[in-house]
Amino acid sequence: MSVIPSKDTMVAELKLHLEATLKPVKSAKVSAGELTLTVERDSIVKVLEFLREDSQCRFETLVDLCGADYPTEPERFEVVYHMLSMRLNQRIRLKVRTDEMTPVPSATAVFPVANWYEREAFDMYGIIFSGHPDLRRILTDYGFEGYPLRKDFPLSGRVQVRYDEEQKRVVNEPVKLVQEYRNFDFLSPWEGMQAVIPGDEKAGEAKK
Amino acid sequence: MADDINHKSADLDLDDRKFTINFGPQHPAAHGVLRLVLDLDGEIVDRVDPHIGLLHRGTEKLIEYKTFLQALPYFDRLDYVAPMNQEHAYCLAIEKLAGIEVPRRAQFIRVIYSEIGRILSHLLNVTTQALDVGALTPPLWGFEPREELMGFYERASGSRMHAAYFRPGGVHQDLPPELVEDIHKFCDPFLKTLDDIETLVTENRIFKQRNVDIGVVSVQEALDWGFSGVMVRGSGLAWDLRRAEPYEVYSELAFQIPIGKNGDCWDRYLCRIEEMRESIKIMKQCIDKMPVGPVLPEHSKFVPPRRGEMKTSMEALIHHFKLYTEGFHVPAGETYACVEAPKGEFGVYLVTDGGNKPYRLKVKAPGFAHLHAMDHICRGHMLADVSAILGSLDIVFGEIDR
Repeated sequence: MSVIPSKDTMVAELKLHLEATLKPVKSAKVSAGELTLTVERDSIVKVLEFLREDSQCRFETLVDLCGADYPTEPERFEVVYHMLSMRLNQRIRLKVRTDEMTPVPSATAVFPVANWYEREAFDMYGIIFSGHPDLRRILTDYGFEGYPLRKDFPLSGRVQVRYDEEQKRVVNEPVKLVQEYRNFDFLSPWEGMQAVIPGDEKAGEAKK
Repeated sequence: MADDINHKSADLDLDDRKFTINFGPQHPAAHGVLRLVLDLDGEIVDRVDPHIGLLHRGTEKLIEYKTFLQALPYFDRLDYVAPMNQEHAYCLAIEKLAGIEVPRRAQFIRVIYSEIGRILSHLLNVTTQALDVGALTPPLWGFEPREELMGFYERASGSRMHAAYFRPGGVHQDLPPELVEDIHKFCDPFLKTLDDIETLVTENRIFKQRNVDIGVVSVQEALDWGFSGVMVRGSGLAWDLRRAEPYEVYSELAFQIPIGKNGDCWDRYLCRIEEMRESIKIMKQCIDKMPVGPVLPEHSKFVPPRRGEMKTSMEALIHHFKLYTEGFHVPAGETYACVEAPKGEFGVYLVTDGGNKPYRLKVKAPGFAHLHAMDHICRGHMLADVSAILGSLDIVFGEIDR
């Protein structure tokens, strides 16, 4: 009877395999049992193709594709791909960095399902995908302006709609809030203090 | 007479046969607020362009501004047909990042309620699919047990639909023994109800004419279009997260994974019916095996202290206050947690920065990918098949539009 390898060894093996064979991977790390690859932007389509075809990967399903916003970093957007291999029962996460102007090559040619996911990332973050057949907004209203999931987009939005009895149509107007959104800062200063006491800089090192 | 019509249509300019119609957003067969723009060639569908987002509420944005506990009820409002299954994925994500152990009794309760959610969803889908193709009675029969199941939701959480019952670490409150007994009493008669519904629908001539060989999905298509759940199982791929990546106590329970042969609407219907029977099996096993014990971890900073403790202990009182104002902190990191929701793989991609709010939370809804494939599946079908296919995709707009 053969021994079924545990999930962790499978992930570790996969990581070694990919580090050896995939050139455009900038870094590969495992956290919480999940393998994450950071990939160069221009070679993402090639990597996706490889992961689908390679006999040790067989990641044939693109489970999810989404954006994420880190405004303090030089390339603020991250595009995250989640892939699944139903044959080998493995998962992998890919990451690509981009900014407002630089397009990411579209994955629609490899995975048709990427079409809507990329439209959503474009709608929510304004991430541009080159080679996408139909890059238009998907979830927001017709004629919506701005990218709602960016960190600098206000929670209340910028416009509100109402039905105008005189004009007999729905009109857009700037948001008027009777009361500001109450975003309390509950963070306790007592727990957040990481300051080092002067003269005590080496206390932590000695313990290690 | 028929020859006559053919003759006439051949004379017409081809472009006269082509027209575009608007299906929904206010249409009973659109299963919510779907707007389909259909390009037709006579009665044949040339192209489908679904316009979604009419139920977009900005859930992901709102969650970034709420503490982890405040964000939980938003998940009830995604797939509002099976609310607790969504909460489950979110709780699993937090538990994975924070390393919380769920007590055994809570795991069993979670499984019972996940399966109740599956039956809720499948009952609605199977019977309204029959309604979409012209049968009125099945929904009337199916909604009666649904009502009972929602009663179980209410008795556990206080709410028929928006439960907020699963919490990071376990479930909010223990089940009273009478409730467990009543759930057990529900199981066997429900199998009989299921048989009754089947006598109405399964072999019905009209139902089969409208569903067999309609909307056929091959295994390759299911992979390319990112399908999950019944949509891949209907095509013959035995993929179920409860088996492949067992969470909670699923690895200890005996159940079958029904799969289809042809991947058409009728196979998917049959899969759902069988899955309900399996769910009943799972629920019965859980009730038999469920131990007594706590339903939330004891002395954990992630769960509120007991009422009694708060009356006597100052620390407990402070903890309670801090937990419901500041909320707990989850260590920085990222994870993807998923469950086998009734409609497919429901996933949560959670990024945390060590604070008391999620930094980024992406909801991976199975219906999103399924609806996307509408265009691909419907091409070449008749106009009347659109509603049959839509019914068998099991679309709920709460989770697609988010």
